[in-house]
Amino acid sequence: MSTFVLLTITGLGLGAMYFLIASGLSLIYGLMGVLNFAHGFFLTVGAYGTWWMELHLTGIGSIWLRYLIGAAFGLALGAAIAALVELVLIRPLYQRHIEQVLVTVGLAIAGTALVQAIWGGDQRAFVTPPWLNETTDVLGAKVPNDRWLEIAAAAVVFVLLQLFLRRTRYGLIIRAGVENRSMVQALGIDVRKAFTLVFAIGGVAAALAGALSNVYFGSVVPERGTSLLIFAFIVVVIGGLGSLGGSAAAAVVVGLAQQYANYYGSTGMGEIVVVLLLGVVLLVRPRGLAGAVAT
Amino acid sequence: MSRRAWELALPTGLVVLLAFVPKISADIPKLFNGPLNSPGTLQLLALCLLFGGVALTYDLLFGYTGLLSFGHAFYFAVGVYFTAIALTKWHWGFGPSLLFVAALGLVLPALIGAVSLRVGGIAFAMVTLAVAQVGAVLVIKNPRDWTGGEEAFGTDYAQLPDAFVGVLNTKNLYWLALVYAVAVFLIVRWAVESAPGRIWQAIRENEQRVEVLGLHPQRYKLMAFVLSSFLATAGGVVYLLLQTGPTPHVTSADFTLTLLIMVVLGGAGTKWGAMIGGVLYTYLNNRLGAIGDSSLVQGLPDVLRTPLSEPLFLLGTLFILIVFFAPGGITGLATHGRRPSSLRRMDAALRTERAEVTAPVQTTEEGA
Amino acid sequence: MNTAVAPAPTRPLLAVADLHVYLGESHVLQGVSFDVPEGGVTALLGRNGVGKTTTIRALLGLTSRRGTVSFDGVDISHAPTHRIVRRAIGYVPEDRDVFAGLTVAENLRLAARDAQPRYELVYDLFPRLRERARQRAGTLSGGEQQMLALGRALLNENRLLLVDEPTKGLAPLLVTEVARALDHIAELTTVLLVEQNLAVVRRIARDAVVLDQGRVVHSGDAAGLLADRDRVHRLLGVSGGGHA
Repeated sequence: MSTFVLLTITGLGLGAMYFLIASGLSLIYGLMGVLNFAHGFFLTVGAYGTWWMELHLTGIGSIWLRYLIGAAFGLALGAAIAALVELVLIRPLYQRHIEQVLVTVGLAIAGTALVQAIWGGDQRAFVTPPWLNETTDVLGAKVPNDRWLEIAAAAVVFVLLQLFLRRTRYGLIIRAGVENRSMVQALGIDVRKAFTLVFAIGGVAAALAGALSNVYFGSVVPERGTSLLIFAFIVVVIGGLGSLGGSAAAAVVVGLAQQYANYYGSTGMGEIVVVLLLGVVLLVRPRGLAGAVAT
Repeated sequence: MSRRAWELALPTGLVVLLAFVPKISADIPKLFNGPLNSPGTLQLLALCLLFGGVALTYDLLFGYTGLLSFGHAFYFAVGVYFTAIALTKWHWGFGPSLLFVAALGLVLPALIGAVSLRVGGIAFAMVTLAVAQVGAVLVIKNPRDWTGGEEAFGTDYAQLPDAFVGVLNTKNLYWLALVYAVAVFLIVRWAVESAPGRIWQAIRENEQRVEVLGLHPQRYKLMAFVLSSFLATAGGVVYLLLQTGPTPHVTSADFTLTLLIMVVLGGAGTKWGAMIGGVLYTYLNNRLGAIGDSSLVQGLPDVLRTPLSEPLFLLGTLFILIVFFAPGGITGLATHGRRPSSLRRMDAALRTERAEVTAPVQTTEEGA
Repeated sequence: MNTAVAPAPTRPLLAVADLHVYLGESHVLQGVSFDVPEGGVTALLGRNGVGKTTTIRALLGLTSRRGTVSFDGVDISHAPTHRIVRRAIGYVPEDRDVFAGLTVAENLRLAARDAQPRYELVYDLFPRLRERARQRAGTLSGGEQQMLALGRALLNENRLLLVDEPTKGLAPLLVTEVARALDHIAELTTVLLVEQNLAVVRRIARDAVVLDQGRVVHSGDAAGLLADRDRVHRLLGVSGGGHA
């Protein structure tokens, strides 16, 4: 029983990170039709930004303060770089979807290589606030405390995004644009302004996932963005491209399935199960989970 | 000579020239580290030819049939790993191993393709990505210690024909790679110009029209998929022979993306584009490391030196520039870098797919 | 000195000259030219598939086009869609294109451009929209969606409305309602109306422009055209009916 509880909460923690990455991917694809392969790079930016800032603040204030400032820096960097990418690389290729995808591929490769060149390809240890390394007892299970942070962060982001989408004008534009971009233009609204915003939002969420992954894995490494990105893509497709709620639900399902299968099956089983799940969803309901609600 | 005759003569002449390379002991400084017929240079040239061929197998899917696959590496890896496993872990002979891998190279894509081709566009791309990921995971998982996990293991030389073993026989491997490249080129040419081949291109242009004509696009897509994957598996076998043993890198998504870059670099959906791209990319990937180590670059200030000494950074940046300024790749430069029709058609396909696949952004309650 | 200045000739609100549109390989519009005078309803007529919707979309820049389009004297031939619309042009598309995931009120809010959008006017004209304001537009009936699409275009003080087949697929009762609404709309603003239902056209249109084989083959007084049965049959195909 306690193992099950541990697996569940760990699975939710993993799902939380998937959601953070998937939310941006989903909105970007839903609104702009861009399959953003560079999203993993945004995560890496957030991860390294957090780590770098924390390192430079050594000795100043408490470890918590350093982590929070580091994370704030990482997030700001993620947002800035994402917005820059949209303006410089994506916008000029408007309506040329294949080129946009290809450009993000090039960026992903060049960006990760750059990070590797500067800081080396090896893992760098990440200094974590001690509480996050401790465990809390829940129904007999010793749950690592960082999981609470991840789940809380994802929940907060989910709520903030929903509020943004439902209560602001840009949110309204984005929701409409995901459905029918040209009609939004036909209402006199330049949807392209929302593009940069959506990219920036995606950048922040991915960077947050990066900052959290430093804690989850205890280290920073250049490939982390790419390896997590693949699962984020799967989550996005299972959940339904362009659907925030779908991404959230799918992230939970994928995170949990991965944990359970890896434990009750064997190592590696989790990834296989997730992929099979994707296959099943695509064959039975190509629109993804949220597709059911569309009509 | 007529144009047709030139079109035959030039490539044939090139192949003959390439065949003689192991006999030429000329030195080309800057371009190669040793004389042309030295094992090191021959190894590099063999890799270039090999990837020229493999890139072309990917172009068959992407540039000609318009299928965006992120999992092509999987079939290449099947060739690499299963040959190594059969030889080294199961102790089979060379012949039986080859037959086994050939069978896999036909059956696997037939089965996987039949399922994944039920969806198109982005969904298909995701499925291929996922399948490749399964392969990557299985390799790392190292079931029964067959795949060696994260570390490479050496292929059992005893099982290989003598002609392919040993540094002195690099020239044989070079010729093998040349044969592979030529074979792939001829097969793809023949396939593309055949009746099914024209239907592949029609599918890329407008799948609905093909369906309306009473042809089943599915069947033709599967044909292209199986042929392309089989040829990639064959390339995997050659690759294994060129290396000491298999490594997990060939199963990664990065590897497929590398193939994509090769194809776009050369020019998607053109006769020579993919091959040129494959050869050039492999060469650059190898040599750019040398440029990075050169005194010229080492002398630059840190800000410039660091990125410039990383080949992947240079290649990624080069790729971005190509996509921006010459989406038709190198062969496209001849047509003034206009957007090639292959990309234009794929775009239209992706856009209609998007309309079907996107769900409206769902909020949890009714808005105000 | 007494200089009597003759009134300047009234410039058409919308002037289209030599409009060409290619859809794929097909040369759909082959030099379409017509004017839409200010005030009243101009009907854009023609057989199915002749290119009426394409014309409307081309005017808005929703499809690439060649030719000259000027609105109130300003050249909008190459302007992007959102800029064209911001010149006070409203659009009611053939498929309504309301946003299914947004509520009725949100659909309207999205369309609001003016400082004082005319919500009351819209809700008064279409009381059912007021009732269903908080309902998701995807759950509305076809007729209600049409009203939403019309209301959306009425929200702002547009100088020109491009309305594409507003009665398509609607039951007779709803057709009457929509026609009634169009009556009212016509009093407020200039309308370019694509419509297959000739009874509706007869009721509200002042001028008519007929397309055939990619060109304008007739333009002039609507009533006169519709009275000529032979012409109607020849240019518009079999149906001369429909009811308003």
